Amino acid sequence: MKHRPMFGASSRGKTRRNSSNELKNDREVRGAYELRLLAAAVFVLLLFGVLLARFFWLQGIQHDKYMTLAEANRISLVPVPPSRGIIRDRNGVILAHNFSAYTLEITPSRIDNLEATIAALNALVEITPKDRRRFKKLQDESKDFESLPIKTRLTDEEVARFAANSYRFPGVEIKARLFRHYPHGEIASHLIGYIGRINDRDLADLEEEGMLANYRGSEHIGKIGIESSYERYLHGTTGFEEVEIDANGRAVRTLRRVPPRPGHDLQLSVDIKLQEVAEQLMAGRRGALVAIEPATGGVLAFVSQPGFDPNLFVDGIDPQTWKELNESPDKPLLNRALRGEYPPGSTFKPFMAMAALEGNFPLVHQTIADPGYFIFGGHRFRDSKAGGYGSMTFDRSLTVSSDTYYYQLAVQMGIDYIATFMSGLDFGQRTGIDLPGERPGVLPSADWKRKRFKNPAQQKWYAGETVSIGIGQGYNSYTPLQMAHATATLVNHGVAYRPHVVNRIVDPNTGETTLVEPSPERTLPWKRENSERVIRGLASVITNGTGANAFRNAGYVAGGKTGTAQVFSLKGGKYNARNVHERLRDHSWFIAFAPVDKPRIALAVIVENGGFGAAAAAPIARKTLDYYLLGKLPEAPAAQAASVAEQPSAEHTGD
Amino acid sequence: MIKLLWQRFKQPIDPWLLLFTLLVFVVSAVLLYSASNQDVARVSDKLTFMGISLVLMWCIASIRLQTLMRLALPAYVVGVLLLLAVEFFGVTSHGATRWLNIGITRIQPSELMRIALPLMLAWYFHLHEVHLNWRHFVVGALLIVLPVGLILKQPDLGTGLLITSSGFYVLFFAGLSWRLIAAGAAAFGGLAYVVTHWNLCINILHEYQCRRVATMLDPTSDPLGAGYHIIQGTIAIGSGGWFGKGWLAGTQTHLDFIPERTTDFIFAVYGEEFGLVGNALLLLLYLLVIARGLMISNGASTTFGRLLAGSIALNFFTYVFVNMGMVSGILPVVGVPLPLISYGGTSMVSILASFGLLMSVQRDRKLMKG
Repeated sequence: MKHRPMFGASSRGKTRRNSSNELKNDREVRGAYELRLLAAAVFVLLLFGVLLARFFWLQGIQHDKYMTLAEANRISLVPVPPSRGIIRDRNGVILAHNFSAYTLEITPSRIDNLEATIAALNALVEITPKDRRRFKKLQDESKDFESLPIKTRLTDEEVARFAANSYRFPGVEIKARLFRHYPHGEIASHLIGYIGRINDRDLADLEEEGMLANYRGSEHIGKIGIESSYERYLHGTTGFEEVEIDANGRAVRTLRRVPPRPGHDLQLSVDIKLQEVAEQLMAGRRGALVAIEPATGGVLAFVSQPGFDPNLFVDGIDPQTWKELNESPDKPLLNRALRGEYPPGSTFKPFMAMAALEGNFPLVHQTIADPGYFIFGGHRFRDSKAGGYGSMTFDRSLTVSSDTYYYQLAVQMGIDYIATFMSGLDFGQRTGIDLPGERPGVLPSADWKRKRFKNPAQQKWYAGETVSIGIGQGYNSYTPLQMAHATATLVNHGVAYRPHVVNRIVDPNTGETTLVEPSPERTLPWKRENSERVIRGLASVITNGTGANAFRNAGYVAGGKTGTAQVFSLKGGKYNARNVHERLRDHSWFIAFAPVDKPRIALAVIVENGGFGAAAAAPIARKTLDYYLLGKLPEAPAAQAASVAEQPSAEHTGD
Repeated sequence: MIKLLWQRFKQPIDPWLLLFTLLVFVVSAVLLYSASNQDVARVSDKLTFMGISLVLMWCIASIRLQTLMRLALPAYVVGVLLLLAVEFFGVTSHGATRWLNIGITRIQPSELMRIALPLMLAWYFHLHEVHLNWRHFVVGALLIVLPVGLILKQPDLGTGLLITSSGFYVLFFAGLSWRLIAAGAAAFGGLAYVVTHWNLCINILHEYQCRRVATMLDPTSDPLGAGYHIIQGTIAIGSGGWFGKGWLAGTQTHLDFIPERTTDFIFAVYGEEFGLVGNALLLLLYLLVIARGLMISNGASTTFGRLLAGSIALNFFTYVFVNMGMVSGILPVVGVPLPLISYGGTSMVSILASFGLLMSVQRDRKLMKG
């Protein structure tokens, strides 16, 4: 048998050995092991002794105390949900608040015949088929022992009528609850979002974040918009009551109460009046408008049309209304400003111009021939101005929105340079706005194409594809938010602020205010003379270019750019709005900022299938700026429609 | 013929260990029936698990110890690779990434490590028994740190600590210097003191774990969350008194006051229904299992068997102590089941697998004698 030294790290472990003392050594080793075994046994007995002592303490000595507690278990902890933070606009106008009201609630597991009970209840309190449908849906989503509202917001009279008959309805109760209410309804619905009942997925998320205890007693959670992204602040801290309950689980009296701490209030950077004006201007259309304060990145208006009434969602939307919203071809539930990705069309040209100046490409200094088309690789790229302008310079190219010029510029710059420059403006990546679900858009590049396509034949970038990138077509597609953000960055001379919709977070318990400070996310190393030159070019669009019609007699100096994004490929044919189905008509874009010398607002508007940028989007931008800068409300809708229908004059057909 | 089969069947079995295990199983089934509110389906589920685990135990017990020794390194390597796989492709649930999806079911590789680590270490020290010095203990420590680090990253503090202890026990029986043990214990105690008394939350501890430690010191600080477990568990045990409220008569249990009452907190149900006397008897039963394990260690004919058996016995003890300590409110709430009794298949399978190893060690001795 081999010897087993047992001392490892100790110096004795190095005991010298030879064959003569092997047996002795073996015995020594064995002895050491047995000592350890003994130590282990003592260790086990000692700790079991500790447990036994603890049991003796609990069950022998303190038994009476715990017996009383168990008897009184009976002592139940009832969570008291906090009231949710209030959302206000930048001027303090309330956008989301709470009010308390009575609800009639049913606990399905305590009821034998649900249909009969509801029918009997209907005699006391009117229960509409809509209420029933909603209840049915809630029931499918919840567990049977949960108390579910069959009718919300009872009148005092209904409460009294039920109270007198409540003995007939075990399992049906009247509860006072806090309700979320969005007083402006559809206005800013995509921005504010809504709360809804906590579902299994929310529960799993809460558990993952270790927040489950704080949601005991809460029934709602932010689902989309600010309600979702600021959930952590808005919710507040749950309090609880220690109540004594009888054998049936009914509370007899309250022993102790730790009050809940209400959630934080939010003050937005959004001006709800401006938002309302912009939404009115876009009413009946599909599209989006995002306005940003360039000096802070604060979002002033965030429109996605059509919208929806967030109040419908708070206590479970009834399936039929949901179906209508969800299946409507106008997609009212789609947040177009945040998640709609559109080719930018000619609104991309200012950024192309900026890229060209920064890269100091030769074309910037040349006057080129403009026959109304550009031939590259045997393909003829048409200009929207038939016949062209004869000749074209850098500065004029923005004013009249020359396609020919930007085709050539794109070819000269090459896709790699374009992609690198544009990513600095957050094209093709999320701006990081404090709203959930932002889409990154598509900034095409050779690299992007390699990753995007599986088929090797499609992975290669062809130089011909660069041409249409120059005028904002091709694979390009960005969200309205990205366009507004890039415009703000441009007029800021390259200082990019992270867009944000919340300005300050106020803790109502302490009055402590956290400001969302405008922090430059990055400063692009641009030459100021270059950005000033592009801004001048955009101002000329308004004074004597494609935006001149829409901005005639504005009381301020604005800059802007029209854009028309193709929805439908014409394959060389001539585009004629009258011949094309409405849904295939071009999207109408406009980006704008004002005043030019020190912009207070930068915005991007898109009207889906609105046709020319100058026709549909530019007037909306004009009137939004009118309101923000001059306080001028738009004229009556009839006059509005007339101005939209106005055809662009021959000089301004740029796009 | 039948006699022959019987011989074949009982040959690898250690009758004492089997007897104690079966006694614990009886307690377990009786208790689960009460804790699950007389849910026969869950009890029969549990019985199925017992059956499967016993078969596995028999299979492992039938393996010769020499063969087990050869399996030590591969088992350890596979265990570590699976833990790495969890790190990269694991399934996340409840904020922790502990599982691997292997198509049919999810497996938890840290359970494999409970067996593989003591095997590996016992084999390693057996291999170097002739010229053992401090370097081997350094290597031994590293062999522990590697899988434990991965488990702590999941994060799974409870399992991490238990696996560390199982490795440490091998080092202890292999002759780790007393001075180092004392220093280690002092360091651990100091660390625990710092964490609990200054409420420091270092990186390894996740926020919920910190909260649990803080909650143990003052359960009323978080009565809706972790504190609730402790308060209600303590009330249940304390109200049991000397003889308990009787089977199926625990009010805490049946009025739904004890959370996780079929799994981690099943001991609260036991304490409530069977009282101090019952608790003492259960401790005694567990003590018999541990004592049998230590006896097997003492009788083993090789260092490998001695270290393996010693580690398994003490690790089993650790489970019992940590679970009972947690439910009775003297240790923080870490998710450790009560061995052989809590509802849940994985832990039972790994414990009976380790009993299989014990039996294999025991049989090895008989073979040597024979």
